[in-house]
Amino acid sequence: MSVKGFKSHPYIPNSVPEVEQEMLREIGLHSIEELHEEVPDEIVLKENMNLPEAFGSEYELRRHVESLLKKDESCADNLNFLGAGCYQHYVPAICDEINGKGEFLTAYGGESYNDFGRFQALFEFESMVAELVDMEVVNVPTMDYAQAAASAIRMGCRVANRTAVLVPEAMDREKLAVIRNYCTPDLLIVEVAADAGTGCMDLADLKVKLNENVGVVYFENPAYLGMFEMNAREIADAAHQAGAQCVVGVDPISLGVIAAPRAYGADIVCGDVQPLGIHMNYGGGQCGFMATMDDPKYVLEFPSRLFGICRTKEPGEYAFADVAYDRTSFGHLRDKAKEYVGTQTALWGITAGVYLATMGPKGMQEVGETIMQNAQYAAERLAALKNVSLRFDAPVFEEFVLDFNKAGKTVTEINQALLERHIFGGKDLSRDFADLGQCAMYCVTEVHTKEDIDTLVSALNEIL
Amino acid sequence: MKKIDRSSKVRTGFHQAKWDEPVIFELTQPGERGILVNKADAKVAASVQGTKVLPEFLRRKVAPVLPEISQPRVLRHYARLAQETLGADVNIEIGQGTCTIKYSPKVNDQLANLPQLREMHPLQDESTCQGIMEIMYKTNQYMCEISGMDRFSFQPSGGSQGILAMASLVYSHFKARGEERQRNEIITTIYSHPSDAAAPHVKGFKIIYLQPDKDGYPDYEAFKAAVGEHTAAFFVANPEDTGVYNKNVLKFTKLVHEKGGLCAYDQANANGLLGVTRARDAGFDMCFFNLHKTFSTPHGCGGPACGAIGCAQFLEKFLPAPLLQFDGKKYYYDFQTTNNTSAIGKIREFNGVAPVILKAYAWIRSLGPNGLYQVAKTAVLNNNYMFKKLMELHCVDAPYIPGKQRIEQCRYTLETLYRETGVGTADIQRRMMDFGMHYWTSHHPYYVPEPMTLEPTETPSKEDIDEYIETLKYVFDEAYQNPKLFKDAPYRSVCHQLDESNMDDPEQWAVTWRCYLKKFH
Repeated sequence: MSVKGFKSHPYIPNSVPEVEQEMLREIGLHSIEELHEEVPDEIVLKENMNLPEAFGSEYELRRHVESLLKKDESCADNLNFLGAGCYQHYVPAICDEINGKGEFLTAYGGESYNDFGRFQALFEFESMVAELVDMEVVNVPTMDYAQAAASAIRMGCRVANRTAVLVPEAMDREKLAVIRNYCTPDLLIVEVAADAGTGCMDLADLKVKLNENVGVVYFENPAYLGMFEMNAREIADAAHQAGAQCVVGVDPISLGVIAAPRAYGADIVCGDVQPLGIHMNYGGGQCGFMATMDDPKYVLEFPSRLFGICRTKEPGEYAFADVAYDRTSFGHLRDKAKEYVGTQTALWGITAGVYLATMGPKGMQEVGETIMQNAQYAAERLAALKNVSLRFDAPVFEEFVLDFNKAGKTVTEINQALLERHIFGGKDLSRDFADLGQCAMYCVTEVHTKEDIDTLVSALNEIL
Repeated sequence: MKKIDRSSKVRTGFHQAKWDEPVIFELTQPGERGILVNKADAKVAASVQGTKVLPEFLRRKVAPVLPEISQPRVLRHYARLAQETLGADVNIEIGQGTCTIKYSPKVNDQLANLPQLREMHPLQDESTCQGIMEIMYKTNQYMCEISGMDRFSFQPSGGSQGILAMASLVYSHFKARGEERQRNEIITTIYSHPSDAAAPHVKGFKIIYLQPDKDGYPDYEAFKAAVGEHTAAFFVANPEDTGVYNKNVLKFTKLVHEKGGLCAYDQANANGLLGVTRARDAGFDMCFFNLHKTFSTPHGCGGPACGAIGCAQFLEKFLPAPLLQFDGKKYYYDFQTTNNTSAIGKIREFNGVAPVILKAYAWIRSLGPNGLYQVAKTAVLNNNYMFKKLMELHCVDAPYIPGKQRIEQCRYTLETLYRETGVGTADIQRRMMDFGMHYWTSHHPYYVPEPMTLEPTETPSKEDIDEYIETLKYVFDEAYQNPKLFKDAPYRSVCHQLDESNMDDPEQWAVTWRCYLKKFH
């Protein structure tokens, strides 16, 4: 048998042989092999695992991982126009500074006495997102937009006490897959057609599909394909008339300039705060939220933790604690609780809070304006290219669909040619939306300068 | 100056940082800004309509009431809140049992912050992502070797979502056979995590709970009676939160298989088992690991995280898409499972929390097979050392298997202390904070009376463990000498004892600052 164990490893203080022996002696054993006596011999691993040997030093580990990551080409060194749920925005330095604070990075599930700052920072996250979406209750964040939408849909169906859900056909297929898995088997998910010209929800099809079983009508603003949902008010009205709840997904970075969905009838709002000060992290920066008004009918349906302001025994002092804790599966109810809760994305939530506090009302308004101006400029210039057009004609926030069907090249070919010029072209929609043929979704934000956009335009001009 | 007195390990002089820091909205100074935002180029702005394209109903009329604060004040605010948070970097993490709070190496954090990961978009062309894809692929291989499973997915982004993913796999397996309505029961135990019941229930399963037998194992007679034609799966942790390893685990998994069900292993408690025994060898068809626990990635106040789910080959076709493959030259995403109508589809957007996966990869590579084995052995040694010392105390006991070893943690009972002093586990929890220590009781409901759940992991030194034990002893002595002291503890935390009487009252709860202003101003 090969040597087992690693003595004096820097991460394992008690692997020092003398200490190990002393502790073993204390419990009446002679060697570490005598530990695990409760594990039956027939399932004890007799040989070492077949894994690479440890690096000899921290330096070697660093060199190794750096050498692997050098194979990656990042959006820092290339011009990126991909969005589709994960967005490149400017991350203020202060967001990284707070996100990297060891106390926040390494805390977990302590009480208010241990983790007062964690409770306060997440209460402030809830509070600032509530201002942005003009709602009164926001959760400690969940996994991502998809999970937030899935939970918001389940919440809405419980409020309505119904089991059918209408969603837009032109939504993110990944998000729809998450929702379908999360809502199966007890909810029925039905897709509502999109208007061919605008890409917005087809109101006639909505009305056909609305019936007394529909508990939730879900749509997004901006919609997945970038355009604003121009029928938002009509959709919300139709949902309410049919006795359904209206759940609206948003891009929070748009809300400095765009009306919050409650203004046009949303009962539950959801979204992802990754655009708010969180790096893309190869899709690891997603962080979902849900929001409602402060009505127990909704509040008691949240599966998530809700941190609220709390009295202490000291007159005038305040702290933070869980609101209506027994709703959650951490309480006594387990499977009878509202869905389930667990480790989600708290640190991203704290980071998004730092972003909102730093940006303030003025910053949020300005970033929204810059994004819309840059996106419109890009869309107009690109659509002016020969054999390229905008697929939909509704106004957009930061993403738009370019139609290359007449270009004589596939999106795959175009994106390959762009890649050779160090440009990441828009998302190829041909797999998710085959009916659109050769279309690509481009994302332009405040990080793109006029020169960046002009570079893309001239590259596409050359390629086509 | 006199010789410094180090005769006691107990930090009687501790006080947590306390800043009386206002809620961020109270820091507003109208006109102040935290950052300047880049504007569109003047030519761009002049050539487009900007927000004027919006229909009236979509225009925001009133700006969001966010705080207006200068950058240094925002920084100071959050720096103070950080100081008021007792992360693992600053305290001896033994008291958050079941959470496996171990050292999260700083080098791994730094590597995950490199632009070649941080500034990567998940939909980039595969040729531009070969580095991170290699890391994910190899981490998958390592997880397979550690567990005996055939394939892992990193989409689940926390342990509970990992449990949901396992329940979804079970559902897919029976759906493919047309048996999803018949196979609608999941059996779990009262000592498994609450999510082992709650998450499968979201997938429509009826939950059956097993009570422990006299040894703390799931009661086999009750199990035999419960397993049948409706059993979809058995969801269980081993060891459970008691630290008791179920020696008969093979008998359990064998019976489930005989009756046509599946076995799913909650490996949140895997830290004491690395390189010692494997999920597949114990008869499980699937399992998950918490990379933020066992594999050292920082807990981040509760995520971002990863509940990596692994399964045997016959379940691979149901895993969430896409699967990461390697053709000998390049890594690529395989969307085959999206054509399988019984498959899960997706659990999370994109491909999981890449920085967490990278940190787990780096941690495994810094330890190797011998180091992982050492982790398990030292974690178990530390726990049994602590167990012996604590069980010598009159007021501490632990149910089940007296005189035998625990794995990596233990759920003790302070029933004697409570009976003799009136001081219970919740009181001890608050008082331990006066010495800078975390302390955790148990999930609800409390099946062990006055529970205390401690998990030393491999991280603390013997000195650290001794300090924790000495502090507990000090507090227990206080309970006997001056039980009244506990009524108002803690005394040296950020805040005094909470009065949570308003937290369930809709008239008084306030989840946001605007609710607080509405109700109390």
